[in-house]
Amino acid sequence: MKTRLSDYYEKGIKYLLGLIAGTSILILFLIFFLLFREGIGAFHYVGVLDFIFGTKWLPVSEPPHFGALPMIIGSIIVTLGAGIIAIPAGIGIAVYLAEVAPRSVREIAKAVIELLAGIPSVVYGFLGLTVLAPIIKDLLDLPSALTAFTAALVLAIMALPTVVSISEDALDAVPREYREASLALGATKWETTVKIVLPSARSGLMAASMLGLGRAVGETMAVLMVAGNAMIIPHSIFDPVRTITANIAAEMGETVQGGLHYQALFGLGIILFTITFVINLITDLIFTKTSSVKRGASL
Amino acid sequence: MMSKRLKEKAGFGALAVLTFMAVVPVVSIIGYLIWIGWPALTWEFLTQPPRKFLTEGGIFPAIIGTMALTVGTILVALPLGIGTAIYLVEYSRENFFTKLIRIAIINLAGVPSVVYGLFGMGMFVLTLGLGRSLAAGALTLGILTLPIIISTAEEALLAVPDSYRYASLALGATRWQTVRRVVLPVALPSILTGAILGIGRAAGETAPIMFTAAVVYTPRLPDSVYDQVMALPYHLYAISTEVPNVSQQMAFGAALVLLAIVGAMNLVAVVIRTKMRLKRMR
Repeated sequence: MKTRLSDYYEKGIKYLLGLIAGTSILILFLIFFLLFREGIGAFHYVGVLDFIFGTKWLPVSEPPHFGALPMIIGSIIVTLGAGIIAIPAGIGIAVYLAEVAPRSVREIAKAVIELLAGIPSVVYGFLGLTVLAPIIKDLLDLPSALTAFTAALVLAIMALPTVVSISEDALDAVPREYREASLALGATKWETTVKIVLPSARSGLMAASMLGLGRAVGETMAVLMVAGNAMIIPHSIFDPVRTITANIAAEMGETVQGGLHYQALFGLGIILFTITFVINLITDLIFTKTSSVKRGASL
Repeated sequence: MMSKRLKEKAGFGALAVLTFMAVVPVVSIIGYLIWIGWPALTWEFLTQPPRKFLTEGGIFPAIIGTMALTVGTILVALPLGIGTAIYLVEYSRENFFTKLIRIAIINLAGVPSVVYGLFGMGMFVLTLGLGRSLAAGALTLGILTLPIIISTAEEALLAVPDSYRYASLALGATRWQTVRRVVLPVALPSILTGAILGIGRAAGETAPIMFTAAVVYTPRLPDSVYDQVMALPYHLYAISTEVPNVSQQMAFGAALVLLAIVGAMNLVAVVIRTKMRLKRMR
C-alpha cells in the first residue's frame, strides 16, 4: 500500500511544474503590460495617429516632436530589402540541399548554416561596418555605404539560415510518393521539383519567408551599425535610414525614466511588438494549415 | 527548344552556384576576421583590463562579464525551460492552459531582442529596483532564451519512445520517478544540445543587456549580482562605433574572442546534434 506522503509529493511536483509552465504566460503578459504602462503617455501626448504618421522626431527640442514615420519606413525598407534577397536565395539553397546535393555536402552545409545562425548580430554589424561597407562604397561609388542597401544586405545574410533551414524542413516533409509518381510519369527531376515538390511545400516555404522577415524586422545591432541612422524619410535605397529598433537602442541611454522621451521609446516598442505580433500571427496561421512542418525548427 | 535534360542541368547547376555564392563570401569574411584578429590575441589582451579610454590594454573584464551573464542566463532559463517542457510533455493533456502556454511561447520567440531590453529595463532595473546589474541582465537574457530551451527540450522529450514510460509505470514507478529516472536520462543529450544553442545565442546578444547590465567601461570585476559589468558584445559595439581611436586590430581581436566563445558553444551543440541525427538514420 502506498503511503499518502508520496502521493502528496507526486501531486506537489505536478503543481510545481504547472506553475513553472505558467511563467511563460506571465512573462508575455508582463511584457505587454509594461510596454503599455511605460509607453502610453507618449500616445496621450502626441495622439496615436500623429505618433505613427508624424514625420518629425525631435525628442529634445522645445516643444519635442515624436513622429515615428521615418523609422517605420526605415524598418519596412530594410526588412523588405532583406526579404527580396534572402527569400529567393534561401529557398533556392534549400532546394539544392534537399533535392540534389549529396548527403555529405548536405550534412556539412547544415552544420555551417547552423553555425552562421549562431553568430551574434553585433559581429555581423561589425563586419558589415568594417569589411562590407568599404567594399560596397568603392563598388557603387557612394559617398557613404552606410545605407538602407547595406543594412538590407547584412540582414539578408543574417536571415538566410532561418529561411534555408525551415524551407529545407518543408521540402523534406513532402512525401516521397509524390516525387516517385511524377518521375514515373516521365517528368525529369527538375520538372518534379518545380511542378510538384515546390507547390506541395508552399505553405512551409511561406512560413519560412515570414519567419525570415520576422527575424529581419526585429534585428537591432547590425542595423544600428550599418544603416547610417539618419532620421529622414529615404528617397532611395542608397540613403541612410534609421529603423525603429536602432532608434530605441541608440536613444535609450539618453533618456530620463518616466520622461516623455523615455515614454516615446516605449511607444516605439509597442509599435515594434505589434508588428512582430502580426507577423507571428500570420506565420502561425500558415503553420496550423500545415502540420507537416514543426514550429520548433524555427527557434 | 531546350531539351529536358539540359534544362534540368541548367536549373540544378544554377542552384548549386547560388549555394556556393551565398556560403563562400560569408565564410571568407569570417576567415578574414580570424586572420586580422588573431595577432591581437596576446596574453595581455586576454588577461588585462582596458586602459586609456579602451584604446590600450585588454578585454578581461568583458570576458568575465559575458561569462557571468551566461551563467546567470543558465540559472534562469534552464530550470524554467526544462520544467515547462516536462509539464507540457509528461504531465498535461492538451487543454486550455497548455494551449495558452504554447501561444505564449510562440509569441515570446518572436519578440525582438531590443524589446526584451526595454522590458528588462522597465521591469528588472526600474520596477524591481535591481538597477543596471548582472542580475537584471541575466534575468532579461534568461527569459529571452526561454522559448528556445522549452521547444528544444519538448522535442527531446517527445522523441523518447512511450514504451519506456509504459515499462517504468508498469513496474510500479510513479510518474515523477519515471520522468526522473527513465525519460530525462534518455532525453538529456538532446535537451543539452538545445540549451547550449540557446545560451550561446544569449551570450552574443547586445540589445537586451545594453540597458540592463552592461557598461562601456569598468575595471572592476563583479563581486555580486548587483554589480554592473562589461560584456563582450557591448564592448565590441562601443569600440567600433562610440569610442574614438581604437585600433582596428583590437576591435577585430574583441570580435574574434566573442565569436570564439559563441562559436565553441555552437560547435559542441552542432556536433552532438549531427552525430545523433546520423545515428538515427543508420
